[in-house]
Amino acid sequence: MNGAQALIESLLQEHVDHIFGYAGATICPAVDALKEHPEIGYTLVRTEQNAGHMASGYARVSGKTGVCMVTSGPGATNLITGIATAYMDSIPLVAITGQVPSHLLGRDIFQEVDITGAVAPFSKHSYLVKNANDIPRIVKEAFHIASTGRPGPVLIDIPIDVQNQELKRFVYPEEVNIRGYKPSVKGNELQIKRVAEAISRSKQPVICAGGGVWLSHARDELVELAERNSIPVIKTMMGLSVLPTDHPLNMGMIGAHGNRCANKALAKADLLIMVGTRAADRAVMDPGEIQRRMATIHIDVDPAEIGKNMQAAIPLVGDVKVILRQLLERDITPPDSAAWREQLREYRTAELSRVFPRREGYVFPGTLLRRLGDKLRDDAAVCVDVGQNQIFACKYLPQKHGRLLTSGGLGTMGYALPAAIGVKVAQPDRQTIVICGDGSFQMAMNELAAIRCAGMDIKIVLFRNHVLGLVNQIQNAAPYHGPFGVALDGSPDFETIASAYGIPSLVLSDEDALDETLDRFLDSRGSCLLICEVHPDVGTND
Amino acid sequence: MKQTISVLVENQAGVLNRITGLFSRRAFNIESLAVGVTDDPTISRITIIVDSGNSVVEQVEKQLNKLVEVIKVRTLEENNHIGRELMLLKVNANNKTRQDIMTICEIMGAKVNDISPTSLTLELSDTPDRLDTFQAMMRPFSILEVARTGVIAVQKGGGKI
Repeated sequence: MNGAQALIESLLQEHVDHIFGYAGATICPAVDALKEHPEIGYTLVRTEQNAGHMASGYARVSGKTGVCMVTSGPGATNLITGIATAYMDSIPLVAITGQVPSHLLGRDIFQEVDITGAVAPFSKHSYLVKNANDIPRIVKEAFHIASTGRPGPVLIDIPIDVQNQELKRFVYPEEVNIRGYKPSVKGNELQIKRVAEAISRSKQPVICAGGGVWLSHARDELVELAERNSIPVIKTMMGLSVLPTDHPLNMGMIGAHGNRCANKALAKADLLIMVGTRAADRAVMDPGEIQRRMATIHIDVDPAEIGKNMQAAIPLVGDVKVILRQLLERDITPPDSAAWREQLREYRTAELSRVFPRREGYVFPGTLLRRLGDKLRDDAAVCVDVGQNQIFACKYLPQKHGRLLTSGGLGTMGYALPAAIGVKVAQPDRQTIVICGDGSFQMAMNELAAIRCAGMDIKIVLFRNHVLGLVNQIQNAAPYHGPFGVALDGSPDFETIASAYGIPSLVLSDEDALDETLDRFLDSRGSCLLICEVHPDVGTND
Repeated sequence: MKQTISVLVENQAGVLNRITGLFSRRAFNIESLAVGVTDDPTISRITIIVDSGNSVVEQVEKQLNKLVEVIKVRTLEENNHIGRELMLLKVNANNKTRQDIMTICEIMGAKVNDISPTSLTLELSDTPDRLDTFQAMMRPFSILEVARTGVIAVQKGGGKI
């Protein structure tokens, strides 16, 4: 057995059933070994970055670690944005890269790049394999590191000679023992007690749910804690969809681009319980102010998040699910928060029943999203891109019990389409929607090939306003002096593009035809592109 | 405030790169850094001196702990550790000045390592402050070269990290 075969065998031991990749010279031995295992599916991407995004979409809905495999040099550097995107959202990935022969490392030979060095700032860990006999242990460790504690991407760089090197013996390790890596799981009981007391004492408590709730599969526990104690819930972009929109405790998304109601709740609370969130700038603009105004509890698996952006009064380190269970086991006297909830409900109702502006010949994104959300299946996965479309979808798309997936941390345009492909690979029967703009679609539309290859059913909503809307919005405000370099002139006819990949399209420019068009769109067999004409002046605050 | 962080790491290629990267990424300045293998050949000790506030050092400590190759991190308490630095200093010396230099060496406990008709190479191991003093005393004789190792430190008493 050579290194390449040992790699594939190790992946099988980790129950890997799909790889997103792009072959090249230095990864050929691994690809050759993969060919012998049809039980592992393979998607050929059209640019390596999207292998990262697909693996991310796959990981986020399946709860498994996503795997991508590309060649050295440009293959590896193209993957960098995919790795960084996963890192910022704490998505478990194992990225495998081919590398030039070990004895030529450092000589700048064809397609050589120091990829372990390049990804160091935004990967959880990385390995440069020097001996094929280490492959089973390294793969075991890589999957363990990627998926435990605070998840994240791990890179394994394997020189081609190591892939070809014969192993003495293949033994897959049963256990992992890394002395420098022992993530905490259980929360400190004393701190749990303090949290319980703080909840009981509060009058205006609020839970802020982040992406960590999803990562530790703690949605049920979070909802139970909120419901049992009647605590309103606000969410960051990564925590969106933990509660259905019509849930009486759901107060929406916080942040610069969030819902007014959620921001009010955050501003006026007397106790903030942050669960699996780092309180980054887009969500909490002035953490210092929040800290001064109210008591704060911070629950996170990563001790380095405690006190990084906000110094919480009661830090609680451990797995979110385990900690929430520990809290649920305690007898907490529910706080008397009726008046508080009543006040927030008023804001929320006003926001949800808001009448959107209307313009002849165009569709207002909020209007479309509200109708779309109502029509989606209960567990639909909606992949949202970056730009105005992201803000609109996060603010206005009604949630049921599905998922909203977006690049919240890095804000990578072109994330949605490949992520949706990853979702579909993991769960072929799940209704999967892409929401993007004409800018972000053009960053990923080459991946329609993967949809076509696998005959996938992905419904793509494209807001066409012929401009990079969010940048345009920024440039139109002080201190800038008007738009530059944001007009999407030269964009192709998207209907023709889609049809070239065998995908039908619909165009919507009249809100009167909204319901009928949406029904046709959602009921169509296979993938479909819905192009919605949006006026270029429409802003996210409209 | 200057603080001494002692870090035990896996003795492997690339570890130092990860650690220094962690500092530069956050624009934290490293005052000095010294690395050497411990009694266990698989473990190296890195001693880092940073000049920063407590919250910065606390965050650095947490970020260091996140690195898979980092086994243990401890910020050593101000008065509860022994920190030493080694300096090699080459200074101009001739028949007229040699004796004066030797007197200073004697006072400071420095050792003569090499001698030539025009120079002396001196060795001193002490606290960074005392090395600074010694260096200042040598300056009037015209220093040719200085090499300092950066501080290494261990806790006082029986404690270890």
